[in-house]
Amino acid sequence: MATVELLLSPLPVHVRTARMVGVSTARRAGLEDDLVDEFRLAVGEACGRAVAVNAEHAPDVPVKIMMRDDATGFTVEVTDAGPASEPVTDDVEDLFGEDEIDTRVALAVLAGLVDDLHVTSTPMGTTVTMRWPLPVRLP
Amino acid sequence: MDLSLEDRQEGERTIVVVGGEIDVYTAPKLREKLIDLVSAGQYHLVVDMEAVEFLDSTGLGVLVGGLKRVRAHDGSLRLVCTQERILKIFRITGLTKVFPIHATVAEAVAATETA
Repeated sequence: MATVELLLSPLPVHVRTARMVGVSTARRAGLEDDLVDEFRLAVGEACGRAVAVNAEHAPDVPVKIMMRDDATGFTVEVTDAGPASEPVTDDVEDLFGEDEIDTRVALAVLAGLVDDLHVTSTPMGTTVTMRWPLPVRLP
Repeated sequence: MDLSLEDRQEGERTIVVVGGEIDVYTAPKLREKLIDLVSAGQYHLVVDMEAVEFLDSTGLGVLVGGLKRVRAHDGSLRLVCTQERILKIFRITGLTKVFPIHATVAEAVAATETA
């Protein structure tokens, strides 16, 4: 079991770093090529959302990203320090304002993108947990 | 790769060629470009996304914002995109029903002419 942990200041410029580290770590863990684009987008959405939430509600608190692999899967957890938010799965055009986007859009995208997705909120913040299957490794 | 933006005129239409990554960091540059074009009276936009390597929901928000702006002037915003990894996010969000998406710039331009 490998664990990579990242703490990001809530600045948009760091989201790309999170995507790059995430993809690199997941590839190393054995994530299949045809899942990489989906993985990259999911990590970007989850981290971009968390950065936006912290920037608004807790600008001094870093976004926490934890990645680990086990025998059957690769898990990414992204934790913010904002108020609770619930996934939306309906058409999301109404969530797009003229200049701002609602962070619920990111959760809607994640809901459509990641089969194994859990969003848990506590008074301390929200954690988005995503898991992808890894190929079974022969001994 | 950072975001690249170029635009050119084809009659009354403006072709915006976007390349690289459109994400939470770079999307404001695309938003500025679209606002500048609309402010300059360019209301028929074709956004060529064939060289886009990454698009997230922030980028989608900017495109929706651009669409709302041109519609306020009876204009149009058409997309050119054939990349499955980019089209996927439009499908997930239901925005394929909102944006006309074309396979080539020529097709998008022709569609603007006949609309």
